[in-house]
Amino acid sequence: MGLQHFIAERKQSKDILVMAHVVCGYPSFEENLQELEIMAEAGVDLVELQFPFSEPSADGPLFVHANEQSLKSGTTVEQCFEFMQLVSARFPFKVLMMGYYNTAFKMGEAAFVKRVKDAGGVGYILPDLPIEESPELHRLSEEAGIEPIILMTPTSSDKRLAKLGAVSRGLVYVVARKGVTGSKTQMGDDVLALIERCREHTDVPLGVGFGISTKEDIDVLRGHADIAIVGTAALKTWEQGGAPALREFFAELMA
Amino acid sequence: MDIFDFSEGREGYYGEYGGVFLPEILQATIEELLECFRECKADPKFWQDYVALLQNYSGRPTPITHLENLSRTLGGAQIYVKRDDLNHTGSHKINNVMGQGLLCQRLGKSKVIAETGAGQHGFATATMAAKFGFDCKIYMGAVDVARQRPNVFWMENLGAEVIAVEDGQKTLKDAVNECMRDWVTNMADTHYILGTACGPHPFPEMVSWFQSIIGLEAREQMLKQAGRLPDRVYACVGGGSNAMGIFQGFMNDDNVELIGSEGGGHGVGSYMHSSRLAYDDATVGVAQGYKTYFLQNDEGNMNETHSVAAGLDYIGVNPIFAHLHDQGKVRFEAATDVEVKEALKLTMRTEGLIPALESTHAFVTAIKEAPTMGKDQIILINQSGRGDKDIFTIADALDDAKWKSFIGGKADQYRGEKN
Repeated sequence: MGLQHFIAERKQSKDILVMAHVVCGYPSFEENLQELEIMAEAGVDLVELQFPFSEPSADGPLFVHANEQSLKSGTTVEQCFEFMQLVSARFPFKVLMMGYYNTAFKMGEAAFVKRVKDAGGVGYILPDLPIEESPELHRLSEEAGIEPIILMTPTSSDKRLAKLGAVSRGLVYVVARKGVTGSKTQMGDDVLALIERCREHTDVPLGVGFGISTKEDIDVLRGHADIAIVGTAALKTWEQGGAPALREFFAELMA
Repeated sequence: MDIFDFSEGREGYYGEYGGVFLPEILQATIEELLECFRECKADPKFWQDYVALLQNYSGRPTPITHLENLSRTLGGAQIYVKRDDLNHTGSHKINNVMGQGLLCQRLGKSKVIAETGAGQHGFATATMAAKFGFDCKIYMGAVDVARQRPNVFWMENLGAEVIAVEDGQKTLKDAVNECMRDWVTNMADTHYILGTACGPHPFPEMVSWFQSIIGLEAREQMLKQAGRLPDRVYACVGGGSNAMGIFQGFMNDDNVELIGSEGGGHGVGSYMHSSRLAYDDATVGVAQGYKTYFLQNDEGNMNETHSVAAGLDYIGVNPIFAHLHDQGKVRFEAATDVEVKEALKLTMRTEGLIPALESTHAFVTAIKEAPTMGKDQIILINQSGRGDKDIFTIADALDDAKWKSFIGGKADQYRGEKN
């Protein structure tokens, strides 16, 4: 079942879906599994598994630290794919690879696509890979039946959004504000206006991320976006209070 | 040949290297920058203003010095040195910075950010920002802050905010990442003054264009002073902007050999060096916005790098050099930390010149090769910066007892004042 179809099906019983995020190997793969179990229990629909990279220039301090520590403890790309395989087999949510382009480039684009597919991933998010550089990767992905997730942003002109929309598949990741991952976003009219602009340029579902941390944030998006994307807030909660805190966090978030 | 003529290939690509690999949020900003740069490059008045500014503010044209003593000592080729160390702020970095300052005015932005390794680029940027009235933030790896305090002192006193970057290896590459993070947040009023010919297009072309003033002057000066073009031109290569600068003056002279000298650190096989092209340890990858040779592992994560010269201690090389290396147009060698210290001592004693540790890498390779050349042959070295800034590192390396006792005395004095 393709990503877009999966989203449509899930949306029949929910007005908004939730996509969560873990950094592979941070704090450890064991703890990742505990986090994912909590996410699955709470009914999370999609999960990004971030493959750690040494130069995570689009990430904020918390994820930068997570990337660094994960690599320090010896996490490899191979381990991340094995983990992806385990996770996609065990849980009902769909899994996406998230990372930086060099990871895909170094293994070769064809091998990368095959590994994501074989590990049960439905797509990937590579925030430092612009569409100008990805026609071949997109072609390979289409052949394999996985989706390259395009990002639309508040600085994108209408002309640019049209270009992005034309190659979008699976879902579009709408970046709610400027900046890196992790700081708070004021969820308001600006974000809703951006969603409307994006909607004009693509038919695929819209996920909104960057700075979403509460039920109130999600309530604002309800009826406008298809998916709310929660990243840093969950990791912060885990670091502060472990499993009980994370369980409570998702229970409140998705109430 | 014009390496910046993209009509035959892809815009921003040099062979298979270069490109733009940035988050979508920066697409409009980089587009705006490219457009503004194209206007500036096409406008002869812009270049005239740029040259006039450097003449009046930075002492350009910098001279060429014939090193008669060193040439005699080595017994081979006649050695000439392009003196970009005589620029205001002490290195070639000011060329690029003044150029981007003028461009920033055209962009109508009021804030500038910059990464810095050795601190020379940060120092130059802080200077330019003070003169032009821009708010200025300098990102510098915490390790570099610790080893280059004098430059940090000047940056702060020039009014810049210096932010010590504690992520990763805490050196130049981490400062670049931190600039990217600032830029994706503040691009509306902020221009990122990248300090070398690396990063996403148009930075490699733009920085090379501003630095080409070194080569333009040098070619003319050599013809006038030495009566002909040099047989070989040497420059150190970190990111590669000073080397791009001087090499461009001789790019179309087939009889001039161009040699880049990288940070050999602890030497071949040590994995503690910054040599991307001279050694075989680097592979092609994509990071920090562009595709080039990086010192990285098989999975694409960057390796630790090392050089005695903070300004060469970097994972990637500019994409133009990656291409010119493939083409055999530029030869790359490496100079080890130990060789650099010896060459510096020799240059100081025979010529009274104190090149920066970075620039001394070019001297090492030239000093090795000069004796193998004929007395009628000529070589030109780019002394891209002056070594005063390295006084702490050099004094350590020379294990200078009097200096240590002076610093000890100063430390006692400061401790006394605190109590």
